[in-house]
Amino acid sequence: MFKKPQYIALWVVVLFVLVFLNLPSQTTNRLKLAIGSLFVPLFGLSRSAQQTTTHVTDTLVPRSELIRQNELLQRENQQLKLQLAQSQDAVRENARFRQLYNWQPRAAWKPRLAKVVLREPSNWWRTIQIDLGSRDGMKINLPILSQDGFLVGRISSVSLTRSQIVLIGDSNCRVSAFVENDARDQGVLMNSSSTSDNALVPLGYLPRIAVLKPGQNVLTSGLGGIFPRGISIGKIVDSEQANYGLQTEARVKLSANLSALEEVWVLTEPK
Amino acid sequence: MNAIHPILILLVVYLAVYAEASFGGARHFLGAQIDLLPALVVYTSLSSGLFTVIAVAVCGGLFFDSLSANSLGISVLPLLLIGTVIYSQRGLILREQIFAQFTLGLGASALATVLTLLLMLTGGHKPTLGWFSIWQWIVMTAGGGVLTPVLFKIFGLLDHALFYRPAKQTSFRSDRQIERGRKL
Repeated sequence: MFKKPQYIALWVVVLFVLVFLNLPSQTTNRLKLAIGSLFVPLFGLSRSAQQTTTHVTDTLVPRSELIRQNELLQRENQQLKLQLAQSQDAVRENARFRQLYNWQPRAAWKPRLAKVVLREPSNWWRTIQIDLGSRDGMKINLPILSQDGFLVGRISSVSLTRSQIVLIGDSNCRVSAFVENDARDQGVLMNSSSTSDNALVPLGYLPRIAVLKPGQNVLTSGLGGIFPRGISIGKIVDSEQANYGLQTEARVKLSANLSALEEVWVLTEPK
Repeated sequence: MNAIHPILILLVVYLAVYAEASFGGARHFLGAQIDLLPALVVYTSLSSGLFTVIAVAVCGGLFFDSLSANSLGISVLPLLLIGTVIYSQRGLILREQIFAQFTLGLGASALATVLTLLLMLTGGHKPTLGWFSIWQWIVMTAGGGVLTPVLFKIFGLLDHALFYRPAKQTSFRSDRQIERGRKL
């Protein structure tokens, strides 16, 4: 059927693939990043095409529309300045109380805006890639928020110029969370398996007696050391008893739209 | 055909993987991303040599895995298997027929997805799978089937535009010419 050199080539390839699959994950990640860097010219092309489109669109916007948008933004800016002044007052008050009770001051995370450059090509993982890498100070496990400040996921691997984000609902992204109810019931956001809607994620390991109502907020609990406490994740949709009634499992509607992420915030570690 | 043909196929593989990771149109409308690599492997195995089939399977698989959360190299084996089987049977396949191209694309896309998932589950990975995955598998299979004849058409046009065709011998023979009229 095949000639001898063809048989040899086939077996060599199979052998190489088997070796690849058994390499340690650190080596595999480096190889992945090296092969992925072959796409860097296409990133550049795509970016310059986008910039050209934006430039052309900008020149086509009428002056009256720009003036209207400018007025709107100025008004919004004034409101935000007022809110900032009020919140700064609250922050100062909080710091004073912490000092009075000898509590450790809460470290402030520094947000950094990143552009989503690639999405997961396969249908069985939930990842995206952003245009910030190790040269921009990115590290594994940094939390990622949507533009509106809702939790999206965490960094799973970092190359020089890009980072891979594993999104909520993937089996590699588990988040410790609590429900904003009287008991502050804690659970773990798990991988969504039997749902077609990627905005619905199961919240498992909740106490058996948890009283959950649709619409209650779900926030990060801060346990696990990856995600800071208090980041908004979503809202409870419904709940049911799981594991023969030993636990409660709820479905959470994520506040962030994972399918339409274009820019995300990376929370860099406080110094 | 010369050395440019395999290079052209590999270039299309490179662009196809990038397009799959950059544009999520099918995912928004149909709920699943369509994989172009099985269709490309079908085209390659019916139009090129075995070494090109191996190159497409290896490069395509590695490119795909490098942009995905898959283990590196896990997509290579299914593509290689599909390409080798089709290549070994290509003498029996009516490769010019659109129906044959569609059927092969359909089968290759269905098999590539299943084999990749089986390899992943065997390797202890936990991909996100559920009832909706069946719909995604159907979309990927149908998409691969539809896109295979399209790829054949596109490559046919590229071949026509880029490569010289050998001049065809005409059936005219001067020694067999029938001369009408009376010989003077």
